[in-house]
Amino acid sequence: MSFLLACPICGPRDVYEFRFGGEILRRPQPDADEQDWVAYRYLRANPAGQGREWWFHRLGCRRWFQAERDTTDNRVIDTWFAGEDGHV
Amino acid sequence: MVALLSLFRKQRMWSPEEIRPRYDVVIVGGGVHGLAIAYELAKLGVTDVAVLEKSYIGAGGSGRNTAIIRSNYRTEPGVEFYDESLKIYEQLAVELDYNLLFSQHGHLTFAHTEAGIVGLRVRAETNQVLGVNSRIIDLKEIAELVPALDLSDRPRHPIMAALYHPPGGTIRHDAVVWGYARAASRRGVAIHTGVEVTGVNVADGAVTGVETNRGTIHAGVVVNATAGWATTIAAMAGVRLPIVTHPLQAMVTEPLKPILNPVLVSATLHVYVNQTDRGELVIGSEIDPYSSYSHRSTLPFLESTVRHALELLPAAANARVLRQWAGICDMTPDFGPIIGTVPEVRGFVVDVGWGTYGFKAAPAAGRRTAELIATGRTPDVIAPFTIERFANNQPLGEKAAAAVSH
Repeated sequence: MSFLLACPICGPRDVYEFRFGGEILRRPQPDADEQDWVAYRYLRANPAGQGREWWFHRLGCRRWFQAERDTTDNRVIDTWFAGEDGHV
Repeated sequence: MVALLSLFRKQRMWSPEEIRPRYDVVIVGGGVHGLAIAYELAKLGVTDVAVLEKSYIGAGGSGRNTAIIRSNYRTEPGVEFYDESLKIYEQLAVELDYNLLFSQHGHLTFAHTEAGIVGLRVRAETNQVLGVNSRIIDLKEIAELVPALDLSDRPRHPIMAALYHPPGGTIRHDAVVWGYARAASRRGVAIHTGVEVTGVNVADGAVTGVETNRGTIHAGVVVNATAGWATTIAAMAGVRLPIVTHPLQAMVTEPLKPILNPVLVSATLHVYVNQTDRGELVIGSEIDPYSSYSHRSTLPFLESTVRHALELLPAAANARVLRQWAGICDMTPDFGPIIGTVPEVRGFVVDVGWGTYGFKAAPAAGRRTAELIATGRTPDVIAPFTIERFANNQPLGEKAAAAVSH
């Protein structure tokens, strides 16, 4: 279903204004084990429920931000900039 | 005189039965893949099999796809695999003794750019080397096949050429599901609907069974054939997959007089169209651009897909849309499926990553996955689809032929 996403700068906008950036992953250290890099590159939690992900406001302020969304009903719980208010 | 009631079917498609505490093989997911695996296992003599479906059989992608069958893929493993599936489909109605309404009315994939023609030419060459009937045709031949097409230079992206694949076509997807279910049941497979798997039990690195809303079921082999929900079942076994779930939408118009024989596909316009035996135009597009497990359809899909379909078939402009719907698809990064065992857990078999192309693959996937379970050896035709290809950084390259080209 279609839904609104609250850009931290522009406010609630149609999801089609945004680009979905996938779930938030922690990038391995450069000298990490190759299996860690394979996992980072390919493996996904793909939760049926709440998850944290990247979004880009393609047709607005063109800023990347993060969101918590429930993938079963596309309810957006919160949006924020990375590193803001204690968010990682 | 025949009483009207006596004309209705009296036989059940399959026999409901009590859930037993143990099976040799438990298949999670009662869609076309799960049922095809069960049927093929029974044919190989493995009949102590249960199919667990949380809803009704065929409730997921098996009943939501646009029912298109073809084998004109781009990579060699892809072409060989899908062609095996198409060939099984060609005789499946006889084998299952069930009318599947398979209609091989041909399949056209359009190029709207020079680069698009190059892409189709690669596919045509690969197809022909592997014995698949597939060739590039020009505007004159396209016009003969589909007079209703707008082949002028009026559209923003005029058609330049097409990949013509005569064996492609459409099938009645519900009938395939029911046919497999009936045939599997007759061979002794237990089909349990309304049974939702809530956990996968693992001991000493091997599966021992599943937890369900109807209690524990022990099994030596657990098969994950749950498409869009694949990662949720895998996570229960502690297995991570390179899969993200995206919705895929489609729509259907009111019935029109016959204007369209082959299936039409345009990757440039993100649209594919076929006309059913009843005359409805079935129209689909690419996946929604964000992950979701929601089955609700959207207005932006309807607007953009209709606009693109009418670039091809302006004559359909006044057709009313009857309904639209969505299914959820298990997308892999390389648009190839993942079939086989997993390194983390013994006895846990996956038949997932079917994205938007799982329905046409089900007969071959069912046959080869069953062979793998029964013999313990990976058949050659599915060997390229193991999960290890990601750990080895050797993904397949099927996107060009699989992303929108249904």
